[in-house]
Amino acid sequence: MFWGRAVADALLSVRGLRKHYGGLAVTNNVSLEVQPGEIHALIGPNGAGKTTLIHQITGTVMPDAGRVIFAGRDITRLSLPQRVHAGLARSFQITSIIAGFSVLENVTLAAQGQSGSSFRFFRAAAGETALNENARAALAEVGLADRASIIAGALSHGEKRALEIAIALATRPKLLLLDEPLAGAGPEETEKLITLLRGLKSRYAVLLVEHDMQAVFALADRISVLAEGRIIASGSTADIRLSAEVRAAYLGEEEVPC
Amino acid sequence: MPRGLRLDVALTLLVLAALALAPLLGFGANYYLTLFARIMILAAAAVSLSFLVGGAGLASLGHAAAMGVGAYAVAILDAHRLTDITIVLPAALAAAALFSLLTGAIAIRTEGVNFIMITLAFGQMAFFTASSLAAYGGDDGYTLYDRTEIFGSRLMENRLFFHYLCLGFLVLCWGICAMLLASRFGRVLRAARENPLRAQAVGFAPYPYRLLAYVIAGTLAGLAGVLFANATEFVAPAYMSWPRSGELIFMVILGGLGRLSGAILGAVLFVLLETWLPNLTTHWKMIFGPLLILAVLFMRGGLIGVLGARRG
Repeated sequence: MFWGRAVADALLSVRGLRKHYGGLAVTNNVSLEVQPGEIHALIGPNGAGKTTLIHQITGTVMPDAGRVIFAGRDITRLSLPQRVHAGLARSFQITSIIAGFSVLENVTLAAQGQSGSSFRFFRAAAGETALNENARAALAEVGLADRASIIAGALSHGEKRALEIAIALATRPKLLLLDEPLAGAGPEETEKLITLLRGLKSRYAVLLVEHDMQAVFALADRISVLAEGRIIASGSTADIRLSAEVRAAYLGEEEVPC
Repeated sequence: MPRGLRLDVALTLLVLAALALAPLLGFGANYYLTLFARIMILAAAAVSLSFLVGGAGLASLGHAAAMGVGAYAVAILDAHRLTDITIVLPAALAAAALFSLLTGAIAIRTEGVNFIMITLAFGQMAFFTASSLAAYGGDDGYTLYDRTEIFGSRLMENRLFFHYLCLGFLVLCWGICAMLLASRFGRVLRAARENPLRAQAVGFAPYPYRLLAYVIAGTLAGLAGVLFANATEFVAPAYMSWPRSGELIFMVILGGLGRLSGAILGAVLFVLLETWLPNLTTHWKMIFGPLLILAVLFMRGGLIGVLGARRG
């Protein structure tokens, strides 16, 4: 275990999180930390409990025990929208965009959430230039600037993945929680997305859940390995590559399709 | 959004212009004005329902109850000889808003079919409550002594004035709902309709937005109810019953769920059909029913779908 840095420095600190479904401990005393500016990857074989852990960090599932501290604040009992306002943005494993909105409006919606009250009734939201500019900046960041006016449902799969990241960026997060951002992307799209994620490095802290090991080792500063609901290893990419326990639990299965 | 005037909006404006000119073009007889009033008031209620269903994704099957609350406010005050608009309007607004707030606060905690059933249940509760109001006509309904007075004047009894009042109200309803849907508030509603999880993941808890939308739609329906009571000079529990709610839903779907203008076109077509078909045969409902079913089956997106307007 490598709990080197002091807890106080961590942007996100998960402490002793537990979640049981019946007799099954899906999350079994999980602790992990994400430091400001780092990409922290969370890996683990299927069924390790990654998704349930993510849900507890983002607030869609409440833990049985343990705490989630974010930016020095206990957010364990906050709802998903409240956590977004605290600066925690997430993308979804299965693409979740508003297909009937334009690409731009998907992102302006996110920008709107960070820009005062949305109980405003008189002015047309589409005409709010400040929101639109913030949204366009986020779209430019992910390379979708020229796709702003088309209907989001018409984007290619890779573009939808990029749009999700733009939406997350437009909430002005301190931490991005990316749940398998490369899921379902082809080789070419994967390369683009990795370049995109690398561009975010150091400006945002990222908790990255990903199955693509090449991407994980290319991007991550640190890696935590989850197996059967427990963190079995946590450390630098080099440490993890060398860990026998990790090899046994996970890397040995790398050939097994996700 | 496509440039220029959309076909459905153009057609709706044409219908509104026709209604504005009709009394001047030889359709000024009482028979016509009564028909037009019915069309315009129900269209306004349908627009508020379309805002709720198509905009916020809340398929209420109890919308007529809010309309009925507005109508009963007029009747109950009338029974106590309170007929001036300065009393009737605030009372009706408050009653419809409060009814919507109380029922909505519970109903909006549910989703999908449960929401439909719970709004239906609240509607029927209102219906049976109205039926039991013996002092105000009970089952038989209540005939108004007077139409609502406007600052002491009996302007509402002027049929032409009333015609344009209804038209103005319909346009106002359409304008308010369109403005709301385009606003920040409306954007959150539309987002939460299409993908509630996404709305939450950018920081919006849908509940307060939906509840407010429900109260606004109910209040507009309540205002429509005030006009309806004045138009018929009569109020009955049937105004609140679920068949009336169903008719409103039907107008919305017939016109097309995706656009507010669809509700106006749907209401026009619905009321014209239910007015003309009985002239053909006493068994007109045997034609009307299947016609509506065929319309839903073959006109995807309703009338505006046929006009080629995209869902938005």
